[in-house]
Amino acid sequence: MTQALEPPLALLAELSHRCPLQCPYCSNPLDLERASKELDTATWLRIMDEAAEMGMHQIHLSGGEPTVRKDLEDLVQHADEVGLYSNLITSGVLLDEARLTKLADLGLEHVQVSFQDTESSNADRIGGFKGGHAKKIEVARLIRKIGLPLTVNAVVHRQNIEHVPDFLDLAVELDAERIEIAQVQYYGWALKNRAAFIPTYEQLKHTTEIVLKARDRLKGILVIDYVVPDYYAKRPKTCMGGWGRQFLNINPAGKVLPCHAAESIPGLVFDNVQEHSLAWIWENSEAFNQYRGTNWMPEPCKSCDRAEIDWGGCRCQAYALTGDAGATDPACELSPLHQQTFGLAMREATGEAPEFIYRRIGADEEQNAPEFSGEPAE
Amino acid sequence: MERIFLEEASIPQFPRGVKFRFNRAKEQWVILAPERLLVPDETAVEILKLCDGAASVGTIIDDLAERFNAPRDVIATDVTAMLQDLADQGFVTA
Repeated sequence: MTQALEPPLALLAELSHRCPLQCPYCSNPLDLERASKELDTATWLRIMDEAAEMGMHQIHLSGGEPTVRKDLEDLVQHADEVGLYSNLITSGVLLDEARLTKLADLGLEHVQVSFQDTESSNADRIGGFKGGHAKKIEVARLIRKIGLPLTVNAVVHRQNIEHVPDFLDLAVELDAERIEIAQVQYYGWALKNRAAFIPTYEQLKHTTEIVLKARDRLKGILVIDYVVPDYYAKRPKTCMGGWGRQFLNINPAGKVLPCHAAESIPGLVFDNVQEHSLAWIWENSEAFNQYRGTNWMPEPCKSCDRAEIDWGGCRCQAYALTGDAGATDPACELSPLHQQTFGLAMREATGEAPEFIYRRIGADEEQNAPEFSGEPAE
Repeated sequence: MERIFLEEASIPQFPRGVKFRFNRAKEQWVILAPERLLVPDETAVEILKLCDGAASVGTIIDDLAERFNAPRDVIATDVTAMLQDLADQGFVTA
């Protein structure tokens, strides 16, 4: 690669892995960071200084549940001071009007609230948190009352996919600017629970039709982002805009990752913000350079005319489904494993949904994973 | 919320949560919005710089037509189409 390395666009700050909810599709790694390992306020402030200096535009304050951090106000204020657009990604259940007002006054730009379903008992069952749904509705209304823009994050799967029209109505009714209809992506916890979540191809197709019609009907009223599981795709998604190209993710303990799931790939060496500057890590981190650009690609990726469009899809998915993070993403129909993956997902989607393995510290060791095609390809 | 249709009398502005900013490190104008980022082209930047919450679409058209010495109706079509497109994506309100 001869092109100069562009700085990333945005920083995903996982402030804490603590969370009152236990969603079985959580994007956090199976091995959650303990509270005692969390970075202190001063380090996060320094990270923001460095991010702004590098030319990054946005900071996504995420978790776990970012509002468990008592210093969230300081972080939001500092983001505003250094010119980073701040976005709070929250379950909402720990927020109240006073704290939201304070955060808005300190310069918070936007809030995204996740919803598990539109039907409260099912939503609370999926999130593993009683009363959660009602609280989320209340908090979403407060966000709009204060005047902050709101995104409804609707995570959909076979156990709520028929409620997509209701999710759209809910977003309009809450006066949200934006909704993300996000089908579960199968990494970490979600991969463990895949058979409980993956919809059939017919369900997916039907949902896509609903979403496309709604986009037309709600033009100028509600922005609709739609994420499909790429198990049913012909070509892989451009995961993270390409490995080490647009984003970096900092975990609660300061480890800098190319994406939130990158720790699922064994053998990658990550650097920590406590040892190096963000700019140094962006340029020199072994984990970032491992799959950056196109040099690492196997065939048929390397000579593919989409090599610099999808950047080889998703490394975490390649590892999870083939045992080799450098393999062609099986979501691509040119992967020798595509048919097998598709077939397996189809069978899971029509079988009985197993019980959830809820996300919590230690759950990985105490519960057995359901059957999935996680075995190496060899 | 209702869809906004921009006319010459409309006063385009950036809604809360949308920032039109110059990034010094990258020397680049950007529109920042909830989990979205847009890099407007040169023409769009010239239009957006005039969206100060006071100028109407008509005023912006007049200004650009004069500055670029171009036929007003051509400028009017471009400006209105661009702003309508941005409004439909939630980047601009009026």
